[in-house]
Amino acid sequence: MSNEQSMRRVTAIRNGTVIDHVPSGQALRVLEMLGIAGETSVPVSLVMNVPSKKLGSKDIIKVEDRELTQSELDRLALVAPDAHVAIIRAYVVAEKLSINLGEEVVNVVRCTFSNCITTNAREPLAHRLRVVSRDPLHLRCHYCGRPQDLDELVKNAL
Amino acid sequence: MTGLITMDDLTNEEILSILDDAERLLPVARGELYLPLLQGRIMGNLFFEPSTRTRMSFETAMKRLGGDVINLGDVKTSSVVKGETLFDTIQMVDGYTDIIAMRHPRQGAAQYAQDAARVPILNGGDGAGNHPTQTMLDLFTIRQAHGRLDGLKVVLAGDLRYGRTVHSLSHALTRFGCELIFASPTLLQMPAEIVSDLREHGATVTETEDLYGSIEDADVVYMTRIQKERFADEDEYARCAGAYKLHAKHLGDVKGDMIIMHPLPRVDEIHPSVDETRHARYFEQAFNGVVARMALLCRLLGVTVPADVNAQGGVF
Repeated sequence: MSNEQSMRRVTAIRNGTVIDHVPSGQALRVLEMLGIAGETSVPVSLVMNVPSKKLGSKDIIKVEDRELTQSELDRLALVAPDAHVAIIRAYVVAEKLSINLGEEVVNVVRCTFSNCITTNAREPLAHRLRVVSRDPLHLRCHYCGRPQDLDELVKNAL
Repeated sequence: MTGLITMDDLTNEEILSILDDAERLLPVARGELYLPLLQGRIMGNLFFEPSTRTRMSFETAMKRLGGDVINLGDVKTSSVVKGETLFDTIQMVDGYTDIIAMRHPRQGAAQYAQDAARVPILNGGDGAGNHPTQTMLDLFTIRQAHGRLDGLKVVLAGDLRYGRTVHSLSHALTRFGCELIFASPTLLQMPAEIVSDLREHGATVTETEDLYGSIEDADVVYMTRIQKERFADEDEYARCAGAYKLHAKHLGDVKGDMIIMHPLPRVDEIHPSVDETRHARYFEQAFNGVVARMALLCRLLGVTVPADVNAQGGVF
């Protein structure tokens, strides 16, 4: 099945964001990380586990009437670093956004360790996680050095 | 090098060079020689949780070198209790001092303080995280006894799960190619992520519950206290605590130059009968905290320890 056919499983959107090439089965985690899960006033469509030439299978998310911001892209980098993000305006791709997972993730999520110094919300320094490896993704807190559980991290988005 | 937060801040060459400095400073640490290398310098002692040896040895180290010390004092009567952030406390003390030694109950606090400060931070323990100055004095004690650090067989015993001392030390010993034996009750085993991390770095690690069967060909036996406060169940604690009681009678077949270390305080894990044997090193180890910290203070403040301290030092 071609990519175009996969995309047609849900209708085209007039305005909004399409997140393609999400690793298979990760769409719900992406929505949670973006804070789009549950109560949201915008229509969201997603298809999961559709065939993909590049990934074997993949998930696709379409969010209507909402364009992802840079900070949302930074959060996306933690759960779907190779996803393709397109901003749709009047049914056409107006912009393609790139996701950059640098060597450090700054002020995107909080360290998951309950005894880390950064759990005091009043401490003013930036929340910093070091990218130890990209595939599979391993992160460590810059301050306490603890490895981060990605499932837990999703709940700690700033 | 800014401060010393974890042992990763030091290369093996730097570790050995600091231990050399410490060796030369021994007569100063003993009070036999006056060498005011740090005269006019002020250290801030920020202990946000209780400490006896670490706090006192930092203070002694600074004063033996002619420097001065200001203390945070009791946390309960400081601005911390009023809700001051660590960031603000550090901003203030940073302005008063040339270097800060600190201990904090939260993990990562030392790195956080270093990012907030202009002056170097010496990590004297952050939660269950790192305790690199303890590791330096441990390495000093081991090298003093064996003349080297590389290729030794080291047994680490007791509470390996929560003890930050053994975590930092096992990483450092791995860098010097030591063989590690972790002897602990199952409940208090070395965390799996640390064991796999050590193995990834080339360590030979054996895990066992049998302490007494492990010490025969060891060069170092490093005992730790089994901490009562970690157990919810008193009976479980009693079983674990009773598992290791090193007595002089257990030392009949050990190597002649094997040393027994302990970060102290001890409870029952080393019987007083061991104190009189040639293997006991824990009190020297506690004293070595002063000399190791003297060398670190000099290094972090950019002060060179003279090759011949006797030529430069004065007698009392």
